[in-house]
Amino acid sequence: MLVSRLSAVRTQMIKHLVKAPLTSAPKTGNFSGHYGYIFHNPKHQTYSSTTAHEEGDKKVEEISVTFVDKDEMEKHIKIPVGMSILEAAHENDIELEGACEGSCACSTCHVIVRDMEYYNKLEDPTDEENDMLDLAFGLTETSRLGCQMVAKPELDGICLELPSATRNFAVDRYAKAT
Amino acid sequence: MANFQAGTWLFRTFSTVASQPLRVCVVGSGPAGFYTAEKMLKAHQEAEVDIIDRLPTPFGLVRSGVAPDHPETKIVVNQFMRVAQHERCSFFGNVTLGSSVTLLELRELYDVVVLAYGAESDRVLGIPGEDLSGVYAAREFVWWYNGHPNCRYLNPDLKSSDTAIILGQGNVALDAARILLRPTTELATTDIASHALAALEDSSIRKVYLVGRRGPVQAACTAKELREILGIKDLHVHIKETDLLTTPADEEEMKNNRIRKRVYELLSKAAMTRPSHPSSDARELHFVFFRKPNKFLESDERSGHVSGVRLEKTKLIGIRPGERTAAGTGQFEELGCGIVLKSIGYKSVPVDGLPFDHRKGVVPNVRGCVLSDTSGDPTLLEKGLYVCGWLKRGPTGIIATNLYCAEETVASISEDIKLGRLTSSSNSGREGLLQLLDNRNVRVIPFRDWEKIDSEERRLGNLRNKPREKLATLEELQKVATD
Repeated sequence: MLVSRLSAVRTQMIKHLVKAPLTSAPKTGNFSGHYGYIFHNPKHQTYSSTTAHEEGDKKVEEISVTFVDKDEMEKHIKIPVGMSILEAAHENDIELEGACEGSCACSTCHVIVRDMEYYNKLEDPTDEENDMLDLAFGLTETSRLGCQMVAKPELDGICLELPSATRNFAVDRYAKAT
Repeated sequence: MANFQAGTWLFRTFSTVASQPLRVCVVGSGPAGFYTAEKMLKAHQEAEVDIIDRLPTPFGLVRSGVAPDHPETKIVVNQFMRVAQHERCSFFGNVTLGSSVTLLELRELYDVVVLAYGAESDRVLGIPGEDLSGVYAAREFVWWYNGHPNCRYLNPDLKSSDTAIILGQGNVALDAARILLRPTTELATTDIASHALAALEDSSIRKVYLVGRRGPVQAACTAKELREILGIKDLHVHIKETDLLTTPADEEEMKNNRIRKRVYELLSKAAMTRPSHPSSDARELHFVFFRKPNKFLESDERSGHVSGVRLEKTKLIGIRPGERTAAGTGQFEELGCGIVLKSIGYKSVPVDGLPFDHRKGVVPNVRGCVLSDTSGDPTLLEKGLYVCGWLKRGPTGIIATNLYCAEETVASISEDIKLGRLTSSSNSGREGLLQLLDNRNVRVIPFRDWEKIDSEERRLGNLRNKPREKLATLEELQKVATD
């Protein structure tokens, strides 16, 4: 099951790669279930700017993403197309948890897409992602898992909110107690 | 505003004047303990955090609770390992709160004590026959297949009958059912304990009944675990179509609860799917809704052994708006089996000197600050004593729940520091604890010794094409740690 989901992600990646062709191989390492890989090697060789320049289309190479943290502080980053939001967050020191390191087995990389218009540009969540979203704290209509969101040109300018855990925890506990 | 400034000033005073560190002891090294340690280290640069555990091995239920066929759920251990290797963090295994060191002693040694030792006992049904042999708590069964040293010799009887009954329909029940039903060839490449794998390979169990007091809309499992068990190869799933009829109250419940709705949909879909080709060695999974256990039946042939469960039919009745309970109808039926697993909830166990709410099975607390009694008076606080995880909020939730739970407890600690409620005294912390344990001849297992166990387990696993071969007795664990 893990394998089929991973290949789905890969297929999704390949679709984007067709739109923005790159000569180097996609970062399959991230999706091979190789534990501990993602966060320990922040600098990969793929998606080098040189490659993108050669392709001559700078616009599709990187997209702008804004993260809004628990204290409403905004952080603007650039994410290469094809990279997952979770990985991008970690490379940019954004405090997004990733307990299962991107294998869609926890809900800790939950993010909220601020704008419904952007949310609608995302592929529908798989059953497996929905299973995890079921358990996410402070779930909203536009919640997604960061590990399952892959940067693509249409998402340029997207704003992602990190759920305020403490507040939601108190609310969730209250809701369950009553 | 004045208060806030005073608080800030005190906080600064604490952190600058305190040339000695803030000494923190976390009891229990499962997710609640490790998330607490991680957040304490991050929030307080002066904090030194010691994590103690009664076992030689860290990670609590990630090691002994998470099912062996869920390796992706265990990846969080990587994060916990980085915490344990932090320069201001230490792990001391083989140290039992209550016998190696008392709570009073810990509180004297440390500025802050956070109890995160979980729930290591079980709720009981309180019905006749509960202590017949063949009736186990699901926790014991889970510990057994996960190589927990306390259940190494459980030897559940999987041979005398082809039927197991599991009471409960939560994720623990589903895990146990899946381990009983899944082809052992698939389990063989997991980190399942070898004694359990051997017993399962030899098991006669072909039918598993999952019994719930309420209906498919109220089933306590989550969609992931349900989807997984329904997907087992050559498994015949039996769900009575009449059980799937919903009432307006059920519809309302599903409208307000996404998990309930998705679980119900999965069950409905499974009920409609008929197996295409019956195979000779087919295994069966039966969902039994609206039944509660009334009595465990004793075998005629094998005295003292369970041979079945008498179940009472139930119906749901509203007790207050939005809340319904399963009430007995006085109609009974019997279901035969050779083994029963009770999966009706875990229970925490208190230690000497710890306020405890026996009714709720948790330590009385306000946002993680331990209260002196169960009166609910939030001003009667136990200075420097905190709680996190199942001991704080009861045995529910997923690993990630502890992330938020720890965040809340650490916020409470930070608040107490800010308000000057904690005083960094002459407490000797780590050195004092190790001295005390040494005097008592407690053989402490530090993290580097656990790493020896870890690498030996991986080495043994490698020989059998498993990620890990768990050492499942205290003797083996201590031997490898000491060598």
